[in-house]
Amino acid sequence: MWSWVAHRVTGFAIFFFLLVHVLDTSLVRVAPETYNAVIGTYKNPVMGLGEAGLVAAIVFHAFNGLRIVLIDFWSKGVKYQKVLFWIVLGLFVVTMAGFLPRHLMHVFGGN
Amino acid sequence: MTTIADPKAPRAPRPGPGRRVTRGNVEMASWLFMRISGVVLVVLIFGHLFVNLVAGGGVKAIDFAFVAGKWASLGWQVWDLLMLWLAMIHGANGLRTIINDYAEKNATRLWLKVLLAASFVAVVVLGTLVIFTFDPCPAGAAAGTLPSFCPAP
Ligand code: HEM
Repeated sequence: MWSWVAHRVTGFAIFFFLLVHVLDTSLVRVAPETYNAVIGTYKNPVMGLGEAGLVAAIVFHAFNGLRIVLIDFWSKGVKYQKVLFWIVLGLFVVTMAGFLPRHLMHVFGGN
Repeated sequence: MTTIADPKAPRAPRPGPGRRVTRGNVEMASWLFMRISGVVLVVLIFGHLFVNLVAGGGVKAIDFAFVAGKWASLGWQVWDLLMLWLAMIHGANGLRTIINDYAEKNATRLWLKVLLAASFVAVVVLGTLVIFTFDPCPAGAAAGTLPSFCPAP
């Protein structure tokens, strides 16, 4: 039930970011300077934290999505759905532990 | 065998007899598509995030030259085009489900879906055009903004 709510909320959020993200990337067709100016705003600390949240949302949605696929297609999926959820959380923690330090270092480090 | 304690989701009440809820095999195809596209998207998106945010200099290293360097190769063009289409169809289809669940009035549902369809078409067309018409070395660009492989102006 909560995994379903989280899956829906993350899917919703990712979709709206995707709309914005295609628009900002499209600025490469306007001029290099225009693109650089707008993408520059992605590099400040507040946006850096937002990116971390967004990556977290995608990582959860992705692993939980694979869990849904397993529940639907694997004959033992329903039986192990609880275990699969703990595996999703475990993979989420491991992936974020790999990503966060490096990303935060990029955002808050000297360069 | 564990059972789900309370499978009831906080959703709108079931529609009355006047509302058509399924269109035969279309909903089945949509259900299958969500799963197949999801599995492919894991590879595309994790690869995208790794190359853009982790492998090189991270978000601070992203600029025009970085994008141009990627889209100079056909491989990344195909990668990004596929990611754009699959994510937009998957996401828009997911939003359609959410609209069906929460927008109870027929008129509200219709307008939200019109809005969704319009944003879908606009963003997919724009993104596709950008990938196909991209020029990594545009004439008249400011000094220092182009990738190193561009001929000196
Ligand atoms: C990273 C890989 C992804 C996987 C494995 C994945 C998997 C799934 C699955 C299995 C569903 C359930 C569909 C159903 O219940 O019929 C779903 C729903 C959804 N996904 Fe994804 N997805 C991924 C990426 C995305 C992206 C990039 C977006 C946004 C653009 C997105 C937005 C949604 C939305 C809005 C829903 C509907 C949620 C609902 O009905 O409650 N997903 N996803």
